[in-house]
Amino acid sequence: MRTAARRRKMFFKTLEWTALGAVAFAILFPIVWMILTAFKPVSLIYHLTVLFPPTLDNFREVFSPRWEIGGKVLNSLVIATGTVIVAVPLAICAAYAFSRREFPFKRTMFQLILLTQFIPGVAIVLPFYLMFRNFGMLDTYAALIIVDLSVVLPYAVWTIKGFIDAIPEETEEAATIDGAGLFGLLWHVIVPMARPGIITAAIFCFILTWNEFLFALILTRNKVVPLSVGLVSFKLERGELWELISATGILITIPMFFLAMVIQRHFIKGMNVGAFR
Amino acid sequence: MSRRGGTVVLLAPALLAVGATTFYPLVFSFWTSFHDWRLIKSLRPGVFVGLENYVTAFTDDPVFWQVMGVTARFVFFDVTCTILAALGLALLLLRAGFARTVMRTLLILPFAVSPALIGISWRFMFKPDYGAFQVAAGTIFPFMADVDWFSSPGLATYALISADLWHWAPYFAFMLMGGLAGVPPETQEAARIDGASDFRVFLHVTLPQIAPVLFVAVILKTVFALKVFDLIVTMTGGGPGLETNTLAFFAYNIGFRDYDMGYASAVAYVLTAMLFALSFVYIRHILPAKASR
Repeated sequence: MRTAARRRKMFFKTLEWTALGAVAFAILFPIVWMILTAFKPVSLIYHLTVLFPPTLDNFREVFSPRWEIGGKVLNSLVIATGTVIVAVPLAICAAYAFSRREFPFKRTMFQLILLTQFIPGVAIVLPFYLMFRNFGMLDTYAALIIVDLSVVLPYAVWTIKGFIDAIPEETEEAATIDGAGLFGLLWHVIVPMARPGIITAAIFCFILTWNEFLFALILTRNKVVPLSVGLVSFKLERGELWELISATGILITIPMFFLAMVIQRHFIKGMNVGAFR
Repeated sequence: MSRRGGTVVLLAPALLAVGATTFYPLVFSFWTSFHDWRLIKSLRPGVFVGLENYVTAFTDDPVFWQVMGVTARFVFFDVTCTILAALGLALLLLRAGFARTVMRTLLILPFAVSPALIGISWRFMFKPDYGAFQVAAGTIFPFMADVDWFSSPGLATYALISADLWHWAPYFAFMLMGGLAGVPPETQEAARIDGASDFRVFLHVTLPQIAPVLFVAVILKTVFALKVFDLIVTMTGGGPGLETNTLAFFAYNIGFRDYDMGYASAVAYVLTAMLFALSFVYIRHILPAKASR
């Protein structure tokens, strides 16, 4: 009887470890395959071999004047950084007001902010395309930053509010008695105390903007094309250039992995109090 | 500065920016959806046509209904598969332990990968002859050896779902782990002492308690599935035929391939209406508890 129970337990343990291994494999395989492809010599791209002399040729090629991926890296950086720099301070102020102040239609306004997360990108990008074309703003950083704000700003308000809600109000009262003004209070008390939340929101926003595709596809032509859209341009008569796509894929992905690791501890909180809940 | 003035100063910039970047374009495309506006004919909006664009969609455009069918099928299978996978992952990773800590770190990775890149990588891996997924599938199931996932009917949707699942299942696993962690272990132990099997404990004790979180996850995944766009552009291009041509991709094509802004806006609004209906359910169920403070 006891051996049967033990054998049963062993069986489930083995099953569990197999499942864990399978999940790890499923998550890592596409990433590892991309890395392998990026370092493969072009002649072996259509072979499934994993044994090959690694080469940096594909990276050299994407940075060559022909593909100019360096410029696209810069574009992605400018767009994502610009969006975060505009969104986060605005979001901190609004989040504070939603957390601590009473005002008419507060609830409705907050619901509207949440509602924005449900708007499909297509419905927004059509009018923006028409508008920016009239203003001659297509293919500019400003256009993309403005449109990306529609996704990122409401999310940042909602996330940062969750973190400010968690700060005890007494800390603020002490600062107010010390005579700090509104922005002094925000800067010296709220921002330091909500720092994990602000960093989490900023990094989430950066990742979302960095990976954004639809708006960039429609609103850029050649001057400010970011990496995400640049990916689809690796095409010649012989078809897609998988080795160059993979090399660019690494440039897009690895920095985001590091950022995601930075907020790992707050990842769950970032999404739980964030727009997605 | 008065307290009220302070509140206005704090709120105004963000509210103006949100209004200008979301609600203004939304009103603009609503207005456009009632006009005949073909960019090929004129750069300026044409005449007011009332509901004609909507009527065309629902009664006069067979493609629209096909697209609706495609969307319904994709959303249903995508949501079901992703949430089930997420639930499985959450149960697998709930307990502590070194291996699980490492796994949780791994689970964060897919969320950080650009969907456009996932689409293009999946396309590569599903290519006949040299695609890693396709060759593996062909080796395990010999009848699949010569299949082209993106040109033979019936398979592209599943390839698409596998990519979307990879991207989102870990994210929802985190959400469900949060729900599972909140279930008091005493309730499960009580049932186990009463002689219930692990499966029955899960079905009758655990599942009802995480039902609210599960409900949120299903609604959100439905929203994300309806919004899927990048993956379709870089992976299937809506094909073969119309097979993966969902509503979002359809609206995009009317707008930026046919340049029919009026009709594109109307179709985009059908999608918006569905999403707003979901948002209504979501806000009704979630907000009262969370934001009443």
